Amino acid sequence: MITIINYGLGNIGAFVNMYKRMNVTTRIAARPEELVDASHVILPGVGAFDHAMQLLNASGMREPLDEMVRMQKVPVLGICVGMQILAESSEEGSERGLGWIPGRVRGFARCAKSAGLPLPHMGWNDVSPAAGCPLFHGLEADARFYFLHSFFFECANSGDAAATSSYGLDFSCAVQHERVFGVQFHPEKSHHWGEALLKNFAAL
Amino acid sequence: MLRPRIIPCLLIHEGGLVKTEKFKNPKYVGDPINAVKIFNEKEADELVVLDIDATANSAEPDYKVIADLAAECRMPLCYGGGVRSPEQAKRIIGLGVEKVAISAAAISDPGLVARVAEAVGRQSVVVVLDVRKRSGLFGKGYELCTHNAQKTHKLDPIAFARQMQEAGAGEIVINSVDRDGEMKGYDLELAARFRVELGVPVTFLGGAGSHQDIADLFQTCGVVGAAAGSLFVFKGQYRAVLINYPTPAQKDLICSVVRKPI
Repeated sequence: MITIINYGLGNIGAFVNMYKRMNVTTRIAARPEELVDASHVILPGVGAFDHAMQLLNASGMREPLDEMVRMQKVPVLGICVGMQILAESSEEGSERGLGWIPGRVRGFARCAKSAGLPLPHMGWNDVSPAAGCPLFHGLEADARFYFLHSFFFECANSGDAAATSSYGLDFSCAVQHERVFGVQFHPEKSHHWGEALLKNFAAL
Repeated sequence: MLRPRIIPCLLIHEGGLVKTEKFKNPKYVGDPINAVKIFNEKEADELVVLDIDATANSAEPDYKVIADLAAECRMPLCYGGGVRSPEQAKRIIGLGVEKVAISAAAISDPGLVARVAEAVGRQSVVVVLDVRKRSGLFGKGYELCTHNAQKTHKLDPIAFARQMQEAGAGEIVINSVDRDGEMKGYDLELAARFRVELGVPVTFLGGAGSHQDIADLFQTCGVVGAAAGSLFVFKGQYRAVLINYPTPAQKDLICSVVRKPI
């Protein structure tokens, strides 16, 4: 079953509602024992990197998730800060990330090309998927998604970049390494484009 | 490229959806949940819902109503009305709302915005400033007001907006009291001044009466938010209630005036 991780961050209800509209059943996991039967994992998140890692570490779900993702290859989709914590570290904080996708998280404010732009990067932006990423399968060429963030994922291996978007500079707005996926934008708030992406994830 | 945002702004008064003129004469226009459903279908960029009773009546936010709206809303939602503590903001975000708007309490309690940003992250903090042209013989410039424009404050609106940005606002909404419900266009002079002074996303509310008015705002200010109430709930010169929103093609046309993409 599609399992949405509730570690105290992110709009859990929005994912439940989106999948309900597609007649896909979901389950919310707030404790390790609720992770059994997870066929897919959604890792939401908003706010600061360190806060997210601290909450996830304290939830007791960190180790079982590590095992599921690294060993059993259960597909996982990190959203917004839930995507950023897939990296190894972040300029925003000092906590270690999950390290499921090699890379680090950087701030637009510290990059010369984006430093003068309004922050956070807020609103609807175009997304250019890399060929072959199953999340974007069947999406229209003009697909756009809702963003709300000031930090972005910088992949260590360019092959892990699954889609790019542009805000002063081109950045990886989606990442994929094997069965680990992350998107910086909010598919749960991105109308039919987001619905298509979540449907694609559920079909993996 | 990042697109400018076109945002319906819904006002809640005594449980119903209303539209005001210059912050007065609320006219009933329908049921809030029903309006959210229609804006879902029309794929609106974002939605702002303001409870105009909460602060005026010193009431708590109505968490039941907020939860119902958040559950129904399939686009980013900003809620405002009666928020004066980080605990309230945290609770509202927990109900599935993306952004919390603070208005009167940001002025009466200047440390509040920083505390709320600490609690929910600055990306979820919106400061709404109600701005009005100074009146009287020697009136010049603009003034800040609160409590549905019943109270005015001595603060300089631009200096205060900058102060809110430093404190942790992730977005600032400038609401023109004089233009509310007039449907004769945004106050472009006011908008341009705020746009150059601020380094966070800015949204303007008050005055939009046509898609052209929104295009004029984007032409003047570039990639900003254009919020509107009357435009999206009324149709025609007799102001018949009809929830509406630009189609994707109309939206592309409105946004095409932004020449300098980000």
